[in-house]
Amino acid sequence: MTSQVDGEGRARRLLSGQEPDVAADAGHVGAPPRVGFFTDTSVCIGCKACEVACKEWNAVPEDGLLLTGMSYDNTGALGASTWRHVAFIEQNKPLGGQEAHLDHSGIDVLALAAQGSGTPVAEAAVSPTTPGPPSPEGRTELRWLMASDVCKHCTHAACLDVCPTGALFRTEFGTVVVQEDVCNGCGYCVPACPYGVIEQRPGDGRAWKCTMCYDRLGAGAEPACAKACPTESIQFGPLDELRERAAARVERLRETGVPDARLYGADPSDGVGGDGAFFLLLDEPEVYGLPPDPVVTTRDLPRMWRHAGVAALALLGGLAGTFAGRRGHGR
Amino acid sequence: MSEARVTREGLAGERPGRDALFGNGMDGEGARRRRGRGRRGGERRLVPDAEFTSYYGRPVIKAPSWAATDIAGYLFLGGLAGAGSVLAAGADLSGRRRTARAMKLSSLGAVSLSAVALIHDLGRPERFVNMLRVVKPTSPMNMGSWLLAVYGPLAGAAAASDVTGLLPRAGRAAACGAALTGPAVAAYTGVLLADTAVPAWHEGHRELPYLFTASAATAAAGMALLAGPRAENGPARRAAVLGAAGELLMTRLLRRRVGVVAETYAAGRAGRLLRAAEGLAAAGAAGAALLGGRSRTAAAASGAALLAASACTRFGIFHAGVASARDPRYTVLPQRERLAARTEEARRVAALGDGPYDDTSGVIAT
Repeated sequence: MTSQVDGEGRARRLLSGQEPDVAADAGHVGAPPRVGFFTDTSVCIGCKACEVACKEWNAVPEDGLLLTGMSYDNTGALGASTWRHVAFIEQNKPLGGQEAHLDHSGIDVLALAAQGSGTPVAEAAVSPTTPGPPSPEGRTELRWLMASDVCKHCTHAACLDVCPTGALFRTEFGTVVVQEDVCNGCGYCVPACPYGVIEQRPGDGRAWKCTMCYDRLGAGAEPACAKACPTESIQFGPLDELRERAAARVERLRETGVPDARLYGADPSDGVGGDGAFFLLLDEPEVYGLPPDPVVTTRDLPRMWRHAGVAALALLGGLAGTFAGRRGHGR
Repeated sequence: MSEARVTREGLAGERPGRDALFGNGMDGEGARRRRGRGRRGGERRLVPDAEFTSYYGRPVIKAPSWAATDIAGYLFLGGLAGAGSVLAAGADLSGRRRTARAMKLSSLGAVSLSAVALIHDLGRPERFVNMLRVVKPTSPMNMGSWLLAVYGPLAGAAAASDVTGLLPRAGRAAACGAALTGPAVAAYTGVLLADTAVPAWHEGHRELPYLFTASAATAAAGMALLAGPRAENGPARRAAVLGAAGELLMTRLLRRRVGVVAETYAAGRAGRLLRAAEGLAAAGAAGAALLGGRSRTAAAASGAALLAASACTRFGIFHAGVASARDPRYTVLPQRERLAARTEEARRVAALGDGPYDDTSGVIAT
């Protein structure tokens, strides 16, 4: 946000586009490499250890203990008091062409069936949780997607751009953090976020969101959620290395028969300049409650200001014009 | 539990879990077989599903938590004050003394109420001065705070001087200053709403500033007709027609240009408010133009209708935005359309020449 031209004379696009050194652009000198999260949802087991670790470490208050009916997700969504949210999606889809590695070709299933069973056929395999009939290829049509969502720490963060008090700032690690002692609870960041992450806390009034454990980063530790993740679905590290590793991982998954695997938020040329926290997903982003093509709203701000300027001049000119003409009775 | 570290030299202390594979990946043989059958694994679907999906129907973005009375009320009052200052200065300079005084008082009242509404809506009202902690052009709310900090005292000085008769030259200068900054106060609120991820507002970011200044003119003209004497209301009547016509035109333009999100401007509370605004603006403008010069009562009634029209427009736009944020359809569908258009464009470019796009990868494996 600070300079039009960087040290090597290359023009910087301030509000959108690629931004290789986001901390330097925010005025940090000698900043450490930008860090982030790579959340690989293909190995998430839905344990919610990240949610718990986040709440515990950051002393985030309780925000409702309700049953939602949304699979195992009773957290609901990211918000003022939910900085990690594990989504659960039950689908009638095979999980990337599941095939056991066993070879069944030598088994005569008809002969096995002819041996009969003590249980009547009608009762043999029916329970409330019995899956539907297998597809012709022998797969059961069910998969359970789990994904731990978090603040994306955008390269071009709308919340930060629109914050009128400067409470939201870019840290030396390239993350986006709210200063709780500055925030006056105007709530402008809330509708500005294209991901619906930041929110005002009821009763408190201020805006809250993931800090990527700024305090832990400063002490050289990794964020609490990544630390707690038992499958390393949440990986923390320098962003460029995470991007490399994610690219290799998604390639490997596709090769092994998971065609739907895709990276989300990893592309530095996307609408928010790439996310500091990006994901490997197994379905379309909106299935997980993520926007398919988010754009930082301030990308269009220069044009909006121009329109506002023209509109203000038109108002001034138009109203001044109403005084033109002869002054007479009733005029 | 995890002790792995990402270092410049590579991974240290990683566990095998993060490399876990599933499906065919559990068995290299299956994977090889699949690859042989037509590289299904490497293909990605580039054409999205036409149907709309969401996460249990939950909104993707968060709706603003602003109270309608505070923020939509401010949009109306800010417009009334800003455009009113232009009419006040015009009336002042053209010798329409009573209208000038009425409009100066109205602008002072409206901007004072605006400040109260804005501070009341803060989560931490006692920290409202933090708005002026920085100067930040990327934040329309910050720019607006500075605008109000300049405009408010000018409007106050203009009204105080007029009422007390003290420092008439300074008062006139203040009135002119308020007339120059007032339109900015009226226009920036369009940017204030548009500079969010709210689909109904952001998609209308070209139209909202014009719609809001037109609506401000409608409100100010209405106030001048209501508060000024019949002998002085010629400019107000012309402003009424100008403002109402602009408001009607821009509302239509906005609804035509925002795509599928236009539904939120037609449905529910927003739809009712905007329909009322349309009727009131048309009636008020017609009344002002045809009868306002002859009858004081007709002028006052037209003025009231115009004020109501402007208020209905602001509340309608506000509620449409909230409705569009609450329904994931309006967030996802325009973005899907955008993605599809980009894919189509890439395909077209690739078809024209040897572009970087590999057309074969767009084919869906069967």
